[in-house]
This record gives sequence, structure tokens and C-alpha cells, in this order.
Amino acid sequence: MNYTPDFSVVWANWPVLLRGLVVTIEIWLPSIAMGLAGGFLIAQARLSRRRWLSGGSLVYVELFRDTPVLIQLIWFYYAFPILVGVQLSPFAAALLGLTLNTSAYASEIFRGGIKSIHRGQMEGALAIGMSRAQAMRRVILPQVVKRMLPAFTNRTIEVAKMSSLASVISVHELMYQGRLLSSTYYRPFEILTAVAFIYLVLIYPGTFLAGRLEKHLARSS
Amino acid sequence: MTYSWDFRPVLEHFDMLALGLLNTVKIAAVSIVLGVLVGLVLAMMRLSSRRWLSWPAAVFVEFYRNTPPIVHFFWFFYAFPVLLSVSMSPYVAAVLALSTQSGAFYAEVFRGGIVSVERGQWEGGRALGMTHAALMRRVIVPQAVSRMVPPFIERSFELLKTTALASTLAYADLLYQAMLVNSETSRPPEVYTTIALMYLVLLVTASQLARLAEARLTAYQ
Amino acid sequence: MTQHPILEIKGLHKRFADHHVLRGIDFSVAPGERVAIIGGSGSGKSTFLRCMNFMETPSEGEVWLDGTRIGTERNGRVTYPEKQLCSVRERLGMVFQQFNLFPHMTVIQNVMEGLVTVKGMPKAEARRIAEAELAKVGLSEKHDAWPGRLSGGQQQRVAIARALSMQPEVLLFDEPTSSLDPELVGEVLRVINTLAGEGRTMLLVTHELGFAYHFATKVIFLADGVFHEVGTPDEVLKNPQKPRTQDFLRRFGEFAF
Repeated sequence: MNYTPDFSVVWANWPVLLRGLVVTIEIWLPSIAMGLAGGFLIAQARLSRRRWLSGGSLVYVELFRDTPVLIQLIWFYYAFPILVGVQLSPFAAALLGLTLNTSAYASEIFRGGIKSIHRGQMEGALAIGMSRAQAMRRVILPQVVKRMLPAFTNRTIEVAKMSSLASVISVHELMYQGRLLSSTYYRPFEILTAVAFIYLVLIYPGTFLAGRLEKHLARSS
Repeated sequence: MTYSWDFRPVLEHFDMLALGLLNTVKIAAVSIVLGVLVGLVLAMMRLSSRRWLSWPAAVFVEFYRNTPPIVHFFWFFYAFPVLLSVSMSPYVAAVLALSTQSGAFYAEVFRGGIVSVERGQWEGGRALGMTHAALMRRVIVPQAVSRMVPPFIERSFELLKTTALASTLAYADLLYQAMLVNSETSRPPEVYTTIALMYLVLLVTASQLARLAEARLTAYQ
Repeated sequence: MTQHPILEIKGLHKRFADHHVLRGIDFSVAPGERVAIIGGSGSGKSTFLRCMNFMETPSEGEVWLDGTRIGTERNGRVTYPEKQLCSVRERLGMVFQQFNLFPHMTVIQNVMEGLVTVKGMPKAEARRIAEAELAKVGLSEKHDAWPGRLSGGQQQRVAIARALSMQPEVLLFDEPTSSLDPELVGEVLRVINTLAGEGRTMLLVTHELGFAYHFATKVIFLADGVFHEVGTPDEVLKNPQKPRTQDFLRRFGEFAF
């Protein structure tokens, strides 16, 4: 090994990487927020007694979990606009793909959480005259949310990692900027290593938090 | 939706897609085998009571868990060769990325299985006069293995999906071949829907096979 | 006691982090002695027993087995080579509160395990010994059962057979009946009693004071990490001299001698 790394190229292009990081966050946080909301609705559909709802949502969930997320992004960028006859920017396609993907995974977390609550809780709420929606909001969810917290934190970490795939459909996020810089300056070692560390700093707090939450919940139950 | 689907151009190039599918399976299989080896070494290091062994392994695992897979692909393809001044084929870079990544996750699976065996089992074996090696071989590992199977399968399933990233290095996997077919036919909806379904069939088949294996391996419980 | 002790402890201390559990214990067992160790929870009685076969490593002090010091001392630090600990444990059988049977092996495989893996005995011979030991604890018909399918009392009897199979010179019982349902305690105590009748050397940590009275040749009351009172069962259990012992026995209430 006689290669001498020169990280000055990273410092010189720090604003570019930072701009990429901002776009990463702009994909990441909305996808996770909308994905959680979508996941909640899909979980309701999965638990519905109407066959077409529960069956349809099962197919949705399996489609998104049993294909690579990169294929999903590419599909939403290259295939979907042709089918519906609308132009989608790379950013919009990435947001759409990641949100729908997150919805599928989040729905399974919700469903597992809701199913883990004893049936007696729902029956008890219905027996005092609550509607199903009231029972869900007042009785079931408060018990479930705490239990689901580690899984949601893990999902948030996964979405942060997945957001880097948006670079493949040329969204100008962190990974994209990293690739561009490394081919421009021909300093791939310095730049890609720096990109890896930026992701590490972005994601590690979440992993740490998820671990602490899991330990905490294991102790309190 | 007024798009008129026509799968004929895609089917004419199906041999290209089939080759891609074969390459996807090949790279997944090779990476699982190598990943298991990496995972075993890392797990043994992490379980060691010597800090200079356990600490580097922990850093390695945490680094991989907290950075996006695509970064590893690009790092091994562009950065690693610069560092060693060697040239690197897309295949080798992708295998290195996939097997180190999965190795980091497998290490956690293996370690988790060993750690989950109750302290009493260690004491029961020690009290009979077993050496550490005999205790591992006869008592701990046989019990740990059956607990490792479900998370191991889950991780391998994730790896199978991650192989799609090899296409970004121009390795001729299913996604890369699809891009070639797309540039010849200019039919993105048909091409990307077809390969999405191919991935779906591949992944569902793999998970069904894994479930069968799991039922056999965990029979005694 | 004129006989040379089989097991001897000198100046034993054990600390966990900042918790000083055993605070200087000297102790010896002659062949054929049966010692019952009693005391409140947290008194260190289990830790004391577990130091004998190095389930816990003593923080300070010496353990001698049949006239040989265990461990090697160099520059004031004692290390315990694995090989030596294995041979010590081979000679001291232990029965745990939680049985610690191997769930992935059948009953007979559990009993054969030490003979085959540790002593390197051929399987056929190990099986003959295991069958004899299982007959002794009354479980001949359970050879091929999985431990998880047995009652707690049956599991503990298998664990005793497993310890006996190694022909240990001393048997260590760590609260063998504490995790059993009350109706299953009797079957385990009967087996231990049979062993007493064979003149085996045994150490028993227990809460069953009535059993301890009939079983033991010597009773030790442990409190605050030291031997608070030591004597014959009559001396310690019937006419304790120290207030702390009297108090302990009173709190345990009536027990049938």
C-alpha cells in the first residue's frame, strides 16, 4: 500500500456534500412520516373483515417486501409516468417509491402491535359503548405505540439507508454528489470514505436509540 | 390509463433476462457462503474476552449496520482498488460488498444465538468437567443453531434483494440485463414490470424453500 | 476428625463488583461427611458451594482437593488452568437448583454425555453405566424421553443420575428442591437420602431444615459471608447458641425433625 490519501478534496467540496445531505434528509423524513401514516391505514385494511380489503392489502405488502427497493424506485421513475401519462421528477419518483415501500413495512409493525393487544381490551372498550375508531384511538394505540417504538426506529434507519438508492435515478442527494465528486476529482477513496462517514453520523444515533429502547422495554415488561 | 401494453418485444429478449436471473442467483449464493465465513470469524472475535479482538469486530459490525449498502458497492469498486493499486472487476467488487455486509449481519445472528443459550447450560457442562471447546461443540452450538435459523434466513433474504445493487457497477445481473433490454426495446413499463415479477417469483420461492429448511432444522423444539 | 480431608478451603473471599459476599472462610470435609449449609437468602451459601468447583472463581483464598492445591500462583496472582479445573469438576459432581439438563439430548444421552465427552468412554459402556444410574433414581422407563417432557422432580433425578455417572468423590447440591412444586420435593429428597446411606461425601445447600437435620453429620449456618455457627444437627438446629441462629430458625417456623 503506497497510496497517500489526501482529504483536502473533501474539505474543498464540503458545501456540495452538505447540499447532498440536505436532499437526503428531504427524501428521508417525508418518506418515513408519510410511510407511517400509510402503514397505519394499510394495517387497518389488513385487519378488516372484508376479504377484498384484507386480501388486497396483503398483496400490496408482499409486493413491496418481496422485490428489491431499487427495482421499485426504477419502476416508479421509468415505468409509472408512462403508464399514467404524467411527468415525475426523480425526486418525486423517489419519494413515491420510498413512501409506498415504507407503508408496506410499517403496516406490518402496526398489525403486529395491534394483534399483540389482548382481544379483551377491544371487547372491554366496545362494551362500554365506544366505537371501533374510539377504541382504537383511546385504548389500543396508547398501549401499542410503546411496544412498537424500537421497530419504528429500526424502520427509520432502514429508510435513511434506502434513500441513498435515489442516486441511481439521479436525485441529487448525498450519494449522488459523492459519486459525482469522486469521478470529477478522481479521488474516490477520500470522497467515498467521507460519504460513508457522513451516513454513519446520520444513522448511528438511531441505531443507538433503538438498542436502548429495546433494552428498556425488555426490562420494563 | 390509455397505455397499451405489449410484452412481445420483452419476451423476444427473454434469454437476456434469464441470464441476468442466473447471475443474480450466482452472486447471491457466492456472497452467502463467503458472508457466513466472515460472520463466523467476526462472531468469534466479538465473543472473545480479549478486547483487542472483540473491539475491532464490534466497530466493523457497527460500521456496516449504519451505512447504506450502495456506499459499500461503490467503495469496493472505486476506492478499494485505488488503495491497493489493483484493478477490480464489477463481480469481485460486488461480491466483496455483499459478503462483508452480510458477514456483519450474520455475525450478529451467530453471536445472538450463542448468547441466547442460558447460563445454566454452560454451568451444567462445566460441572461435568467439559473443556470450553467440548462444551461449545456438544452443548451450546447445537442449541444456538436452531435459534439462529430464522434470523439467518431473514438476513439471506435481504441479501438476495440487495444483489440488485450490483447492476450499478455494471455487473450483468437481472436488473442490469433489464436495462439493456430496455434500451433495445424502449418499453420501460413492460421491461421493469417483468423483472419485478421475476424478482417476486425468485424471492417468494426462496422464502418458501427457506421455510421448509427451517421446519426441519428446528424440529426438536 | 482424624481422617485427612478430601476438600479443604483456606481464607476464602468472594467479591462481586463492590459486593463482598464471602468474608474469609476456612473449611474442610472428611470422606463420608455430609454437610448441610443453611442461611438466609443473600447469605452467600450458594456462592460458597459454587466456589468449590469453580463455578465462581474465588477472589482470595485456597482450595485444596485431596491434598493438592488448585490453581497456580505466580507473582501473587493465582490463575486456574482450564485443564486443571476440568479435572477438579470431573471429581466433584454438582446438582443445580435449575437442573441444567441439556434440552437437545434425551435423558440417557444427558447421563452418558460426561462419560463419553469428558472421560472418553466407549458409548456401549457409557450406556450401561447410565442405565444403572437411571435405575437408581427410579427413571428406567424414561431413557428416551426429552428432558422438557419430564416433571421438575423427574428432571432433577436425571440431573442427579448425570452427576453420579461420573463417580464423583464429592457431591455438591445447590438448593436441589428450591424450584420444585411442593408435591415433587419428596421424590428428590428420597433419592438424596439413599445416597447418604451409601456413605458418600456430600455438601448440601438447602432450605429444607427438617431434611437437613436427618441428612447431615454437620450443619453450617452462614450469615454475612462467614460461618456464624457450626456443629452437629442437634447443636445447630435444636440448641443454637447464637441469637442470630435462633432468630433465623424461629423465622423459618416449625419444622418436623
